[in-house]
Amino acid sequence: MQASDRFNINSQLEHLQAKYVGTGHADMNRFEWAVNIQRDSYAAYIGHYPLLSYFSIAENESIGRQRYTFMQKMLLPCGLPPEREED
Amino acid sequence: MSSNDDEIRKTQEDRKKMEQELASLTALTFDTDLYGASDRSSYLTSIPASEDAENLEADNEFSRRLPSYTGPKSIMREIPSAENDAGDSSLPQSRRIIDREDDYRKRRLNQILSPDRHDPFAAGEKTPDPSVRTYAEIMRDEALKREFDETKRAIAKKKKEEEENAKAAPEKNQSQSQSQQVNNQQKRRNRWDQSQDEGGANAKKAKTSDWDAPESMTPGRWDATPTPGRVIDATPGRRNRWDETPTPGRLVDSDATPGGVTPGATPGATAWDATPKLPGMATPTPKRQRSRWDETPATMGSATPLPGATPAAGYTPGVTPVGGVELATPTPGALQGSFTPEQYNLLRWERDIEERNRPLTDEELDAMFPQEGYKVLDPPASYVPIRTPARKLLATPTPLGTPLYQIPEENRGQQYDVPKEAPGGLPFMKPEDYQYFGALLNEENEEELSPDEQKERKIMKLLLKVKNGTPPQRKTALRQLTDKAREFGAGPLFNRILPLLMQPTLEDQERHLLVKVIDRVLYKLDELVRPYVHKILVVIEPLLIDEDYYARVEGREIISNLSKAAGLATMIAAMRPDIDNIDEYVRNTTARAFSVVASALGIPALLPFLKAVCQSKKSWQARHTGIKIVQQIAILIGCAVLPHLRSLVEIIEHGLNDENQKVRTITALSLAALAEAAAPYGIESFDSVLKPLWKGIRQHRGKVLAAFLKAIGFIIPLMEALYASYYTKEVMLILIREFQSPDEEMKKIVLKVVKQCVSTEGVEAEYIRTDILPEFFRNFWVRRMALDRRNYKQLVETTVEIANKVGVADIVGRIVEDLKDESEPYRRMVMETIEKVVTNLGSSDIDARLEELLIDGILYAFQEQTSDDANVMLNGFGAVVNSLGQRVKPYLPQICGTIKWRLNNKSAKVRQQAADLISRIAVVMKQCHEEQLMGHLGVVLYEYLGEEYPEVLGSILGALKSIVNVIGMTKMTPPIKDLLPRLTPILKNRHEKVQENCIDLVGRIADRGAEFVPAREWMRICFELLEMLKAHKKGIRRATVNTFGYIAKAIGPQDVLATLLNNLKVQERQNRVCTTVAIAIVAETCSPFTVLPALMNEYRVPELNVQNGVLKSLSFLFEYIGEMGKDYIYAVTPLLEDALMDRDLVHRQTAASAVKHMALGVAGLGCEDALVHLLNYVWPNIFETSPHVINAVMEAIEGMRVALGSAVVLNYCLQGLFHPARKVREVYWKIYNSLYIGAQDALVAAYPSLEDEHNNVYSRSELMMFI
Repeated sequence: MQASDRFNINSQLEHLQAKYVGTGHADMNRFEWAVNIQRDSYAAYIGHYPLLSYFSIAENESIGRQRYTFMQKMLLPCGLPPEREED
Repeated sequence: MSSNDDEIRKTQEDRKKMEQELASLTALTFDTDLYGASDRSSYLTSIPASEDAENLEADNEFSRRLPSYTGPKSIMREIPSAENDAGDSSLPQSRRIIDREDDYRKRRLNQILSPDRHDPFAAGEKTPDPSVRTYAEIMRDEALKREFDETKRAIAKKKKEEEENAKAAPEKNQSQSQSQQVNNQQKRRNRWDQSQDEGGANAKKAKTSDWDAPESMTPGRWDATPTPGRVIDATPGRRNRWDETPTPGRLVDSDATPGGVTPGATPGATAWDATPKLPGMATPTPKRQRSRWDETPATMGSATPLPGATPAAGYTPGVTPVGGVELATPTPGALQGSFTPEQYNLLRWERDIEERNRPLTDEELDAMFPQEGYKVLDPPASYVPIRTPARKLLATPTPLGTPLYQIPEENRGQQYDVPKEAPGGLPFMKPEDYQYFGALLNEENEEELSPDEQKERKIMKLLLKVKNGTPPQRKTALRQLTDKAREFGAGPLFNRILPLLMQPTLEDQERHLLVKVIDRVLYKLDELVRPYVHKILVVIEPLLIDEDYYARVEGREIISNLSKAAGLATMIAAMRPDIDNIDEYVRNTTARAFSVVASALGIPALLPFLKAVCQSKKSWQARHTGIKIVQQIAILIGCAVLPHLRSLVEIIEHGLNDENQKVRTITALSLAALAEAAAPYGIESFDSVLKPLWKGIRQHRGKVLAAFLKAIGFIIPLMEALYASYYTKEVMLILIREFQSPDEEMKKIVLKVVKQCVSTEGVEAEYIRTDILPEFFRNFWVRRMALDRRNYKQLVETTVEIANKVGVADIVGRIVEDLKDESEPYRRMVMETIEKVVTNLGSSDIDARLEELLIDGILYAFQEQTSDDANVMLNGFGAVVNSLGQRVKPYLPQICGTIKWRLNNKSAKVRQQAADLISRIAVVMKQCHEEQLMGHLGVVLYEYLGEEYPEVLGSILGALKSIVNVIGMTKMTPPIKDLLPRLTPILKNRHEKVQENCIDLVGRIADRGAEFVPAREWMRICFELLEMLKAHKKGIRRATVNTFGYIAKAIGPQDVLATLLNNLKVQERQNRVCTTVAIAIVAETCSPFTVLPALMNEYRVPELNVQNGVLKSLSFLFEYIGEMGKDYIYAVTPLLEDALMDRDLVHRQTAASAVKHMALGVAGLGCEDALVHLLNYVWPNIFETSPHVINAVMEAIEGMRVALGSAVVLNYCLQGLFHPARKVREVYWKIYNSLYIGAQDALVAAYPSLEDEHNNVYSRSELMMFI
């Protein structure tokens, strides 16, 4: 990076993006990205009422229960993180 | 000859008489912008033949007044004269801080950097090091000082009494009273809450009593001169030292031990022996009685190894211990003591003269004379060379005192004028820097130095680079200082930095940089700063009262960081002794610093301490400062005092009944500050002080009363209506009594309190009308009030506030007669008040009779004005006429008559005002259906278009514009077809005001009445307009670009477009940019299809500027036309394809931004195919590194996200998110992130399905469900 770039908006862009949960970076691995995808998906299911009601009919659960289950699943959506290979 | 002179004089007198007659006839004035703000009577009517008169100017104070910074006259007079001596009076205005400081602020230089303090936190139970001072020692010193001061005061008082009893010499008395008068006059107006009386009285004492007068209590007299080297000041300094009591901590009472260890301790060399420059002096100088002579050396003395002590510095202390020698040897290291540049210049000049007049050496004589025929004689035994010692003593500023003058050793190899070049790429050193950085100039072998000395050298180098270096040097040095702060250690760092900040010749920029160093270093050192807190405060506190806002903010920031680093306990320990310091300056700055500490560490933490201080029994100074801290806290943190309001009020409330008058005053002022900060809440916290306040106003007089009234003025607005009304009536009696006070400060406060009381809800209009108004107008609405700017403003504000309560008619009725007063400033004040009142409240209350008086008065005041820079009369006239509306109709002929007559006036200013007045009242004239009159005025204005003063011409154009706006194009006289051709040449005028008004008028005509003018005329105007795109003012450029649009609409785009496209070839960037905007506007107003073909054709011109211009126009075009773009997107796609593949970066950048605007415009309109095609061309550019290009590309991709949906762009992204090359991944994740932030929800449907890994489930099974 040139000295002049250091202070303009482009360098700040990544910093700005990093403030949001769910954004990624070059060192992200498959697991981290997948976790974000899963959480976003569950958030979307919970957030869109028609989707939620669709799932609850399919699962034969009440809507509240379904919402609760989705929220619980957001905790560890993909299971425990894998062991780091390099460690 | 003499008869000739007589004749000339007579002619001149005649001419003057004639001019006076003329002036009385027409009341003419001159354009103050052109001729400066003086009338012509002060001009010379002839050029003097002799040179006698030339010196008269030198003493003219106005000519000397510096343009922006002002300071006390004494300083202004002093400094230029010093520079004149040095022969460089042509220097630009000084940027040194000291030059703009007043006497009070200069007292910062009296402070000394005390030795390090004991840090009980770090030391634990250990006995404090003897080199540092403990809290107990400091408090003891302070107590001693106070006692000493009181004793001196008592002695002085006694002396004075004796004297008064003894002598009855009237003339002496007279002179004494005169001196007191002078002192009183010099009082600064806005610092009235400080101990002025005391200062004045003491100054007098100092003059009448003899040498043992209390020196330290005469602020602003000797202490005011900050340059310690000045010869004239030597007397007081000497006097001061003699009477000094040997304080216990004092190292060597040198006077008591003449010829002792101190080499310079000869009794005569008073200045010299006070400087503690004994090499190897380990014990720091303890705090001494303040005197100017002590301060400089003491600042550097305690910790720095002295330049004189280093062996290469040019002299050996034992051999030539006397000051004069040092002055003569110009090695920088020897320039001890603090040197001002003036002194340095004097010294240089002196050396130069000596160099030229030096006695010839034998060799030189040998070279000059023939070898034979001459004989060298021995000088007679009685011969003593005369080296004009008297001249030397007078000419050289000898700060060191020269009782034993010795002939300096000559050093022929010396470079006299050029300062020694700094080794190792160090920045240039100013003469006054030598005393701090001189050691750097000695080429020593760094390896031979001890590690400590090396560290010192390193710090000095870095500091010098920060202070005088180029920006890159400065930056790296600052970084190094910060990074290595802990390695260097707090002691060495601050011992170097702080003396620099005390340097009397410091400039703003340098101070800013050094303060920045402190700030950075503080952050790194953290708790290590504790022993240095007081030293730092001594140099930083003065920033808190600097007149520069940014300096104050900087000071606050440092103190706030300092208190966070050092902790509350250390801060209190460091500042407690200063709270009852005998010097008011120290107490004032300490109070301010304490308020910063409170805001940094929280008020609750400081409350117990404040409480104790405010109740101090020991001294009133402590109570005063404590209460002042509360005031400063309120001022500093504003409404954040609310949670602690009650405790703060409780802490200070007893001060209202204090035995000391100053404490009572400051308490009232603090309450005022608290109430102001808390407004509109918190009245319940003030319950306990209401009674003493209202009781107090009946008991006190003068300043205390003023302070009490001020507090009441701020508390009343917090009250409920009922109470407010009751308390207002209580205080009003006193206020009305004080209406008559001759004291200016009291007047201002009374006005302010009246304003505050009147604006409260509970105060009835009737009460104001009967009880307040008569006295108010009788005492305040007098001519004298208009003369002082601040009185003037306050009175206008208060009157407007009263009018808000009692209505227009009452107020205007009372002052309307004064519009015909003979004093012009007074008339102006009346006019301003009427303007504000009428604008606020309208004029429906004004009856027919008053209306007549008002218009009559306004006309009179408008016509009689001679100087009106702030346009008060004009604004007033405009406001009243606009407010009266149709009721002005009967007066309009008269007003227009005045305007017409004044348009014909000789003075430019008068003409300009007349024209401005037309533009203000045009709307009202239309309301009154005076179209014929307006037409007439239009013709008159048209005739004056030949005006030569640009300001006036601008106003005339503005007036024409307002008339055209109001009566429309068709009814305009003169007809548009005559008017516009007259405007075309005026477009060439380069004056900003003319340009702006002219282009507005032309644009207006092009917009509304283009058909009245032949197309050829419009084309001619187009060419003129191109030039206007160069204007500096954005408003002009915008109006020009818009006018292109109107003209293109009127005469068709072809010709205009051809002109504009040709203009793309010009070199100037601003011109081209404006042209592209104009093309885009033409395209927008005349539909894009009329413009696009020609525009795209122009892209074939093989010239970078033109092609970029076309692309830019396209970009603007698609930005302006928005949705309409869907019809043209397919047409321009091939062009954009080409541009996006061009080698030139700017092509791709501009094309990308065109794509962005296009995509955003056509989102959702079914142009996806073209957009995907374009995205394929944009995408390869994501790896660009140039900031502008990458910015444009990213924005284009964002635009695509909007138009194509995030799923499409995500698919482009997926290929690179886990690319093996990190550079690639970084870019792709950046795009992914902006996509994610822009449309997170939409991505859920588009995420790829990932395969599960052993324990981890990545698939989204929910999406597989279906019913």
